[in-house]
Amino acid sequence: MSAFTALLTRDIRLAIRVGGGALMGALFFLIVVTMTPFAVGPDLALLARIGPAILWLGALLASLLALDRLFATDHDDGSLDLLMMGSLPLELSVGAKAIAHWLTTGLPLVVIAPLLGLMLNVELKATGWLALTLLVGTPALTFIGLVGAALAVALRRGGLLLAVLVLPLTVPVLIFGVAAANAAIVGPAPFGPPFTILCALSLASLVLGPIAAAAALRHGLE
Amino acid sequence: MRLKADGLACTRGGREVFDSVSFGLSSGEAMLVTGRNGAGKSSLLRMIAGLVRISSGRLELEGGGPDTPLSEHCHYLGHQDAMKPSLSVTENLRFWAAFLCADRAVEPALEAVDLRPLADLPAAYLSAGQRRRLSIARLVAVPRPIWLLDEPTSALDSPSQRKLTDLMSGHLMGGGMIIAAAHGPIGLERARELKLGPA
Repeated sequence: MSAFTALLTRDIRLAIRVGGGALMGALFFLIVVTMTPFAVGPDLALLARIGPAILWLGALLASLLALDRLFATDHDDGSLDLLMMGSLPLELSVGAKAIAHWLTTGLPLVVIAPLLGLMLNVELKATGWLALTLLVGTPALTFIGLVGAALAVALRRGGLLLAVLVLPLTVPVLIFGVAAANAAIVGPAPFGPPFTILCALSLASLVLGPIAAAAALRHGLE
Repeated sequence: MRLKADGLACTRGGREVFDSVSFGLSSGEAMLVTGRNGAGKSSLLRMIAGLVRISSGRLELEGGGPDTPLSEHCHYLGHQDAMKPSLSVTENLRFWAAFLCADRAVEPALEAVDLRPLADLPAAYLSAGQRRRLSIARLVAVPRPIWLLDEPTSALDSPSQRKLTDLMSGHLMGGGMIIAAAHGPIGLERARELKLGPA
């Protein structure tokens, strides 16, 4: 087993064990979406119209929720020191952690999104499209959040700093994610352009996120 | 293999912790770093491990291969044990063995620190001394020439301390190097002493 897969499987295993919090994001997502009809009222047409936006916002907040523990636990128990001393470049170690994080918190959001769409009166076929945009867009949220998580550890501030740093950076993902979902569901704008831009955002953050996060962690060394 | 430090200085938070620290250490030698609290013992070890930036001075390993950075020749045993409470003893050790080098059997290393009977127990249930022994098993499981030990005997009972002494002498016999920070003797009789800070 290579160092990369070893780290990936360890983080997945930690997330699904007791206290790992793999399903906390999905549970939070469920609660946010469930509360929306109570706030908006039982206007089915309105719910269907704002449904994609609510689902995207919920997914955005839920994927942010577990991010601040991404490096904090490894920093607190000294694992981060050893991760830096391995022969695997820090960029790849950080990438392995991010992939494990997405698989355990991002992917469950994508899986339950169609179900939650029904609660917002979004048609089943339309929720399929919506889930597709989430599947493509949530990796971008994780890999942008990765930089924030690394900075929070390097600066020794947790919690809110992460949200304040990361949320503004996720605005493009939100715009094109909701645009693609709306294009697929109600039209009339074509689905292709916003969806391709969403793919591009994910791919770019997949490359830049780990590099920036590793740089932040190295800078945190005194 | 020879580790050479020349005029090392360390600045943390704008305060100079130590400066012009020089030493040379060859294969099979051990060095004990002593000094008052805050003299920079831990900082020196972390500096060699590549975890603290070198403010000035040079640190190099002769004969360590041109492409491998010094930190990949080192094992760092700090105050934290880097073990996850929800993973079992074997899972923890197997992860670090796989991450730090290749696949290696971890059972002999567990045997070496007397943790074989607890192999399947989640690390959360280990005592402080047992966790310490689990971190020491990491040094046994993955061969690296330089051991950086920060107060290695803390939390260890006397049989475990003797076991550690045996492991350390075995490592030195095999051509390894040990740099340890400690306040008292740790069982390395022939170790040189490097005193940090004002005498």
